[in-house]
Amino acid sequence: MEPIVKLENVSKCFDEGKYVIKNLDLEIFEGEFLTILGSSGCGKTTILRIISGLEHVTEGKVYIGDEDVTEVSAEKREVNTIFQNFALFPHMTVFENVAFGLRMRKEKEEVIKKEVKKALDLVELDGFEERYPDQLSGGQQQRVAIARGIVMHPKVLLLDESLCSLDLKLKRMMQIELKKLQKKLGLTFIYVTHDQDEALTMSDRIVIIEKGKVQQDDTPQNIYQYPKTAFVADFIGESNLIKAEITGIKGNTIHVKTKNKITLIFDKDEKDKVGNKISIMIRPENIKISKSALQDGLKGEVKEVIYDGVITKLVVGVGNAFKLKVTAKGNVLFNVSDEVYLKIDKGSVIPIREK
Amino acid sequence: MKKNNLFKFICLTPVIVYAILLILLPLVYILFLSFCESDSYGGIIYHFTLSNYFTIFDITYVKIFLKSSLIALSSTFLCILISYPFSIFLRDKSEKTRNLMIKLVMVPFLTNSLIRTYGWIVLLRKTGIINSALINLNIIDHPLNLMYNNLGIVIGMTYTLLPFMILPVSSAVFKIDQSLIEAARDLGAGPISIFRKIIVPETISGVFNGSLMVFIPAIGYFFIADILGGGKAMIIGNLIKNQFLTARNWPLGSAISIFLIIVTFGLVQIYKKLGGKLDDLGGM
Repeated sequence: MEPIVKLENVSKCFDEGKYVIKNLDLEIFEGEFLTILGSSGCGKTTILRIISGLEHVTEGKVYIGDEDVTEVSAEKREVNTIFQNFALFPHMTVFENVAFGLRMRKEKEEVIKKEVKKALDLVELDGFEERYPDQLSGGQQQRVAIARGIVMHPKVLLLDESLCSLDLKLKRMMQIELKKLQKKLGLTFIYVTHDQDEALTMSDRIVIIEKGKVQQDDTPQNIYQYPKTAFVADFIGESNLIKAEITGIKGNTIHVKTKNKITLIFDKDEKDKVGNKISIMIRPENIKISKSALQDGLKGEVKEVIYDGVITKLVVGVGNAFKLKVTAKGNVLFNVSDEVYLKIDKGSVIPIREK
Repeated sequence: MKKNNLFKFICLTPVIVYAILLILLPLVYILFLSFCESDSYGGIIYHFTLSNYFTIFDITYVKIFLKSSLIALSSTFLCILISYPFSIFLRDKSEKTRNLMIKLVMVPFLTNSLIRTYGWIVLLRKTGIINSALINLNIIDHPLNLMYNNLGIVIGMTYTLLPFMILPVSSAVFKIDQSLIEAARDLGAGPISIFRKIIVPETISGVFNGSLMVFIPAIGYFFIADILGGGKAMIIGNLIKNQFLTARNWPLGSAISIFLIIVTFGLVQIYKKLGGKLDDLGGM
């Protein structure tokens, strides 16, 4: 399948020699919901602005469809952006805001009327045509911004942290609606955010960016379960990251020892050799915890307890100064300084083999 | 509490005395004079009459009012025409560059405007710098009449009053959220559409502020009309001055002054009606 947007070896520097993005390759396919996820200042918004044409690349090429648009300015690109602060025109009514792009395209008045109505219906804002942006709530402004984008039928809709300014409840609702809308219209969405929950909820594919480079490009499930780098493991969800050394290879399993002489095993990869240093990630919810002794279990002591309703978050000390985050489900009550047993299955040990 | 009020009163006394002696009393005197008659030798006959106010609407004076308004409007329009490109150019520049440029606009204001107006003679007269440059470049054969006519007055007014337009317009242009302009570009708007559909509507109140601050002085700055209009072209400002100094008809001069004050007051009221703030007018 041909990508609908392609960034080829793109670099961008604002000040002399200071690269925000370096040698980035990215392909976005038709109809997918792609999220670019990263902490603030990682260059994710710059990537979006490069696709929309608001920022020009220092090196590299940008393709939209089959067309090389590297030198094409923003107003001539068939992509639209939904800005972080919505950027609604305050002196125009909702109708005029949504109609703006169509007017720029010199569409006929009856076409404009029809298209604007359709777009406002889609975001459930019919009847708000004559209001001004400052007479709308945050959620409604958000919808107007979305309508203003989708009315243009762009090849790709770019969303720049568009849900950040909404309160939590509204945000959750809009996440679901946005995803529904995207499926319904079959549009390609590129969504930029620093919110990992949002990324996991909405995306078909997530690209994690750090310091202008792609850390991992995968489905939400794979990103959560098999992070490729320590950064990803740490950034997405809670995790225990442990440094270890490979001590033995038996058939298809690798044995590693951590500093505290705990042995963990996992499936072999061809590159693994005895003596290699490696990072191990274990999700807190994949560690079994029990008050009674477990076979092959580690003995530990509860150091911290955070009760969170459905789950209880624990920090368990194993040996000297070795702490593991553990999530316990169910009704078993744990108290600080309780003696507990932990068991880590082979499948829960995720090796991170960074180059 | 009472002590405090006394202190305030003592501090304010000089200002109050100043305002009463030099602003309020002359104004009241002018108002009083405007209802008096004058004799043929410049004396004042203390006899109530409304004739001065009827004289204002004499066709000769009405013509002067219209011409004066036209000159003021042209100057205002020219100021707008200069302020927009100036402000839009500075919009993308750094805070430092902006401040420097705005300061450069303001610096000439530290010099007496009368002297600066005389300076224009050197540029505009038939043998002046502009004409000789154009002739030497073979662009024109005969010197252009750049002054001693209405054009000269418009040039002088525009020059003198330009900062009053640049300040409100540039501050309005700088205030436009960059994302609005980016959103417009994103939706397919080119530079002209962005100017017409985003910049103008977003800055219209600034332009109105500026227009008021340019238009009102532009009907009254008689010295510019005297120097660059060569005494031939008359605006309301000259008319008033002439009634007091040349024609020695103080009552008529007073009546025109009062009329001008009323017109100005009316303009300010319109400005307030349209949502303007009085602070912005004095916000120099």
